[in-house]
Amino acid sequence: MNQPKSFWNPALKLGIIGGIAVVFIALLGMIEAFATRDIIADVIDMGRVLVFISFFMTGHFAIARKSGAASIENVLQAGVAGLVSAAFLAALMWLLSAMPTMRAVFVNATPVLLKTLLFGLDITIASIGLLALGAAVGALPAGLRFLPESPRRALIRASTWVILVGLLQELLVVTFKTTESLQGLATLLFAKTGLSIAGAVIVFVLIVAFELWRDRYGKTVRVRYDHLPTIQRRATNGVILLSLLAILLALPSILGLFFSEVLVQVGLYVLMGLGLNIVVGFAGLLDLGYVAFFAIGAYTVGILTSTSTEIAFAGGLPFWVGLPIAIAIAAFAGLVLGVPVLKVRGDYLAIVTLGFGEIIRLLALSDFLKPYFAGARGLELIPKPFIGSFELDGPQQLYYVLLVGCVIVAFISLRLKTSRVGRAWMAMREDEDVAQAMGINLVATKLLAFAMGASFAGIGGAINASKLAIIYPHSMNLLVSINVLALIIIGGMGSIPGVIVGALVLVGLPELLREFADFRLLVYGAVLVLMMLVRPEGLLPEARRALELEEFKEEEKATSAA
Amino acid sequence: MLAKKLKHLELTDVFIYLLGLAIVAVVIIGSIATLIQAKYALRAWFDLVLFGVTLGSIYALIALGYTLVYGILRMINFAHSEVFMSGPYIAYFVADAMSKAGLVEQNPLLTVIIIFIVAMLSSTLIAILVERVAYRPLRHAPRLVPLITAIGASFFLQYTFFRLFGPNLKVYPAINLFDASIAFGDFKITYLQIFVITAAGLLMLALHQFVQRTKIGKAMRAVSEDRETAALMGINVDNTIVMTFALGGALAGAAGVLYILVFNQVTAFIGFVPGIKAFTADVLGGIGNIPGAMLGGLFLGVIESLGPTLFLDGLGIAAPYQLKDAIAFTMLVLVLIFRPAGILGERLTEKKA
Repeated sequence: MNQPKSFWNPALKLGIIGGIAVVFIALLGMIEAFATRDIIADVIDMGRVLVFISFFMTGHFAIARKSGAASIENVLQAGVAGLVSAAFLAALMWLLSAMPTMRAVFVNATPVLLKTLLFGLDITIASIGLLALGAAVGALPAGLRFLPESPRRALIRASTWVILVGLLQELLVVTFKTTESLQGLATLLFAKTGLSIAGAVIVFVLIVAFELWRDRYGKTVRVRYDHLPTIQRRATNGVILLSLLAILLALPSILGLFFSEVLVQVGLYVLMGLGLNIVVGFAGLLDLGYVAFFAIGAYTVGILTSTSTEIAFAGGLPFWVGLPIAIAIAAFAGLVLGVPVLKVRGDYLAIVTLGFGEIIRLLALSDFLKPYFAGARGLELIPKPFIGSFELDGPQQLYYVLLVGCVIVAFISLRLKTSRVGRAWMAMREDEDVAQAMGINLVATKLLAFAMGASFAGIGGAINASKLAIIYPHSMNLLVSINVLALIIIGGMGSIPGVIVGALVLVGLPELLREFADFRLLVYGAVLVLMMLVRPEGLLPEARRALELEEFKEEEKATSAA
Repeated sequence: MLAKKLKHLELTDVFIYLLGLAIVAVVIIGSIATLIQAKYALRAWFDLVLFGVTLGSIYALIALGYTLVYGILRMINFAHSEVFMSGPYIAYFVADAMSKAGLVEQNPLLTVIIIFIVAMLSSTLIAILVERVAYRPLRHAPRLVPLITAIGASFFLQYTFFRLFGPNLKVYPAINLFDASIAFGDFKITYLQIFVITAAGLLMLALHQFVQRTKIGKAMRAVSEDRETAALMGINVDNTIVMTFALGGALAGAAGVLYILVFNQVTAFIGFVPGIKAFTADVLGGIGNIPGAMLGGLFLGVIESLGPTLFLDGLGIAAPYQLKDAIAFTMLVLVLIFRPAGILGERLTEKKA
């Protein structure tokens, strides 16, 4: 270890990787796009936070493989890694100012990016400052190791929360403003954009205090709860559940139109996620053509309820008649498309289902079926659902339809999971041949998974069609399937709370952070890869699936040791 | 024998065969109807077939990349379609610069050669990078895991190019090297078609020779046969896998250049459809099988080009050309259902399937 070469090598290597990453982020346009969003007003914006995080992570990874002990050696290594990656960014800065023509290739290499990186300083001073910053922020993770674990974690979490609260400023201000007494709090905490300085300090201190409190007393609360008699424990659970429900019911009126629309989007994806979760998460059948069932649900409701005169069978029926028929037809389509692929496994299944999804889209798009599906122009004049004579027209009303739908579907999933069928699905996921040998009827089990998953997507499609009042075949593309797949993977395959978290993170967050929307699919791709590399079981893993992957990790260790 | 078979016949099998029969019936009736109507001259058919062969040889080149990787790792490299896209995309900037320097007019042959080199190198680099970052750490993971990574990598690359180089269409400068054509009586073949088909053929031949004759090729075959044993025999498995990705990448880059010679423009999304088609070609020929991939590519190209007119036009379907992708996907589904091992494929055992 004392050889100078092996001492500096990892730091240099990580520094270079971090440097390439941060230059990459800059050239993608992320820093520039996020620079318009303040985290703390007049102090720091999200673009610069991104630079900070890059340096911090570089430093972190430079010493991540080493033992937890704090040492000056670690600080030096992490600092050097940060410095090297800062040098890359500084080099980019010089390049930008010396060669503005590089914009012809890299569309985001704009003067605005340069200005953001310069922090309004002269380029020489800015470069020196950047290098110093890189070294300091890079060394930070190593320096933090000098602290005991509890305050260290508290500091990191508090910083994360400050960033998060700053990002969600708009949402929080709206929420606070609905209550008279909280209005003062909103003006104290938030500036016009982002947190005010006082707000940032308050959030930081509060979170640190909370984390420290939880580290000291959190366990006792947990233990006390576990020791409660069953009845009281149930009562506590009931109270928590009821208050959660009350909040869910009140959300649209608290949040207003825009955020209700976001919630409706999230709800749609929760519905579809729960459906795909049955197919992929429970039964282990990777379906990339899931959008087909969404499309089938949408078109069924569209044709049955549309009052358009341009298509042959426009029914003009009410939504509530169309919905059950759409669910039934989607489930049937699940069966029909499921039968041919019964013997197709793994990667092949993914490709075949992808093919199905594309075939459905191409058919809906074609001129050949235009008299029935209205072709590329889209199927129009789909009415909104009515309850009595009350039209559920806005997102604030449709929210309740989705809420009811999600609750029912989540309940069904939850019950199915522990049922005989659910266990059969999981056995099949782990090993088809063994499952069959144990007497599981593979044909029936698989088809049921396809049909259930398809019917949930059908509900989603039906509600979406009614919500938009028009269906475009172009919107029924592979990206929808990938979106749904990504959210169940992020949440944790097979885990029902995971689906909800996944939908909130992948669908809700980008809607709230409009600057982020441009990078959505790029980040999805990166997240899918990173998730599989770092945490294949997802954010809220299901116990059994986590075990399966644990096995693989142990095997991996065994093979790498051997 | 028949009685025994009937006894094991299940409802699902009946359904599948009926489905297959229905599609075959549509194809036959459609073809006969089209031919009876005799709307198209022989020349039109010849043009369609020729276009199909041209496109098919490009598919075949891409398909080889999937097949090589599948042969060794038993995984579908979903990101291969982006490897295919990245070559001509990066080469565009070189072509653009050369066009501004006037080189394209002065020396079109040199331009094409440089584009080929740049595209093949870029694609190779991207392929190796994907392998190193996304696949190597997951080599022993359950099957679903690398597949999801592959999908993620594919999207990441697509949108990286989209954001990094901007959303607008990149139109290649006109290269007037292949504009002329030869006529045989009524039939006309452009130089471009000849060039694409020959170049693809030569590359495939080169690959075949490489895999069969060289030491690395031998190592690749050994690793694909049995990785552990190959490792025990002193073959560096990691290097062999990198080599496989590099070869597949280089072929995809070349295919990309041929593609832009035909279609003349790139976006970040041109990879997706040819990628799926090439995979279909692989399945047609039997995945993991190099001659199969070539044959499957040509077959698919011809069917796709000929299919809409031949099968659907006679049935009175409006704008059948819109359904050409649907025909290709239907082929994929049918082959996977009825002959999952492909036309030339080995029987897939559980280990390989």
